[in-house]
Amino acid sequence: MEEKKKIATRDAYGRALAELAATDKNLVVLDADLSKSTKTADFAAVAPERFFNAGIAEQNMIGVAAGLAACGKTPFVSSFAIFATGRAYEQIRNSVANPQLNVKIAATHAGITVGEDGSTHQSIEDISLMRTLPNMTVVVPADAIETTQAVKELAAFKGPAYLRLGRLATPQVNDENYQFKLGEAVLLRPGRDIAIFACGMMVAVALEAAELLAQENISATVVNVHTIKPLDNDSIIDNAGCCGAAISVEEHSIYGGLGSAIAEVLAENCSVPFARVGIEDKFGQSGSPDALLRVYGLTPTAVATRAKAVIAKKNSK
Amino acid sequence: MSLNVVADYAKEMRRKIISMLGLSGSGHPGGSLSATDILAELYFDGMRVDPSNPKWEDRDRLILSKGHAAPALYAALALKGYFPVEELDNLRKLGSRLQGHPDMKKLPGVDMSSGSLGQGLSAANGMALAGRLDDKDYYVYVIMGDGENQEGQVWEAAMFAAHYKLDHIIAFVDHNRLQIDGNITDVLSPEPLKDKWQSFGWNVQQIDGHNIEQIATAIAAAKQVKAQPSLIIADTIKGKGVSFMENQVSWHGNAPKAQQVEQALSELA
Ligand SMILES: Cc1ncc(C[n+]2csc(CCOP(=O)(O)OP(=O)(O)O)c2C)c(N)n1
Ligand SMILES: [Mg+2]
Repeated sequence: MEEKKKIATRDAYGRALAELAATDKNLVVLDADLSKSTKTADFAAVAPERFFNAGIAEQNMIGVAAGLAACGKTPFVSSFAIFATGRAYEQIRNSVANPQLNVKIAATHAGITVGEDGSTHQSIEDISLMRTLPNMTVVVPADAIETTQAVKELAAFKGPAYLRLGRLATPQVNDENYQFKLGEAVLLRPGRDIAIFACGMMVAVALEAAELLAQENISATVVNVHTIKPLDNDSIIDNAGCCGAAISVEEHSIYGGLGSAIAEVLAENCSVPFARVGIEDKFGQSGSPDALLRVYGLTPTAVATRAKAVIAKKNSK
Repeated sequence: MSLNVVADYAKEMRRKIISMLGLSGSGHPGGSLSATDILAELYFDGMRVDPSNPKWEDRDRLILSKGHAAPALYAALALKGYFPVEELDNLRKLGSRLQGHPDMKKLPGVDMSSGSLGQGLSAANGMALAGRLDDKDYYVYVIMGDGENQEGQVWEAAMFAAHYKLDHIIAFVDHNRLQIDGNITDVLSPEPLKDKWQSFGWNVQQIDGHNIEQIATAIAAAKQVKAQPSLIIADTIKGKGVSFMENQVSWHGNAPKAQQVEQALSELA
């Protein structure tokens, strides 16, 4: 892949909100004392009358958003993923998802690439928590371009949604002509031997892994599964079916996230050799994002190795 | 509406509460009966609502944060005309709009789903903020339990309302002094409630929560308060109106049997 400028999805989020402020007068933004980190401060700067700091009180913040939504507003609420979805889980369940209120939970600092702050701040369970809730839409954008479009689409879409964003500046996988469509996975690279399904910053890693595999004459499909719920079952079944082997790659626990979602679809529809690449029943720890990705097996090389093991299984059948 | 008429509605609500709980065979009579007079005053006098237009944007809102008192809310809504009174017989039945705890997606007149204690005041904050953003003058009423005041989220919400000067929130604490496991001061004391709420920046009144006139007066006084949310601590009796239920912790979450229904209804005649 060409070297393109790296941008964090949280930066794109803040910019998209600030842009929307002018046109979407219903938009209201809440944060829990992390607006500089989540980048909602960008919105606060241009629409201070529609920005509310809830303080370090995430449970109330979710409830406030529910009340705003019940009166026709479109609230975006932000904090770190661990606090937004973990601390306030039951508030999201009972005050947002069950009454199907139009609240967007846009959480940053998801995954281990939070880095040095360590495991207390590294959310590796949030996709799982949000995916299990009826009525909840779950989106994990791969890059800044996709984030910008996802924010706009979710602002227009009526219903509860979770948007998972990262802290780290990451490569762009989409170009300016890219068109995000909620619930439609994107085939980024067609191949024959294995399908790699990825979300978030792991999409760029998957593309690099596919490059490495190509050097060994292995042809890998790469699919950006930006919407985890509703999952694009057709894309999963078609691409896994065509290749006869598949892996999932995510910066999240292998329990309950993208990998689990795909395993569920494959087990019920199209059983092919499959592996989940993600964080394996462990907490994170302090370290640089790069070091952590290495230790937890989320580098292009590690992904390529896992892909080859699954292909070997297919061939030994 | 005259206060006597409101009192008549309160009595009719109590009769409906007993009958519907008798039919459902489960539910929460104690906390429904303690909150009945507050709800009667709100729906039949204090609140600006239109049952023929339950989603009216300018309406006052009510959040029954202690959602287990749903039978009291359902009785008020039915008598007000939001849905047929006969539907009260379907309480807690499969497919019913009258869920065990209030569901805003199912039943017209329910402004916020509730049932998990501690969450209602937060939603009220959001509704009051929305009203302010839209230049509307509606009020948002909340009814909390006194045991519910043990929830941390209540105090997050209390801080928020005071910080943002949400003077269109009028919240009640149904101060019946009981929760499931006993007396609130034995389980985990939330007292002194009045001092706590005052120190959190709220305008606080304490009244007899079964005296319609005092409830009406307190609401009127709360509406005069500017730049501050209002709390009304309503001293109540759990199970009020049914002799064998009054002040009995055992009637928190038990439905009356046929014979008990009969006795209760004769007392409420
Ligand atoms: C978060 C939460 N925890 C526990 C319960 C179970 N519960 C239902 S009612 C109740 C006691 C409520 O006491 P109080 O707030 O004093 O209500 P009231 O006496 O008016 O019935 C409890 C613990 C619940 N509904 N929500
Ligand atoms: Mg009580």
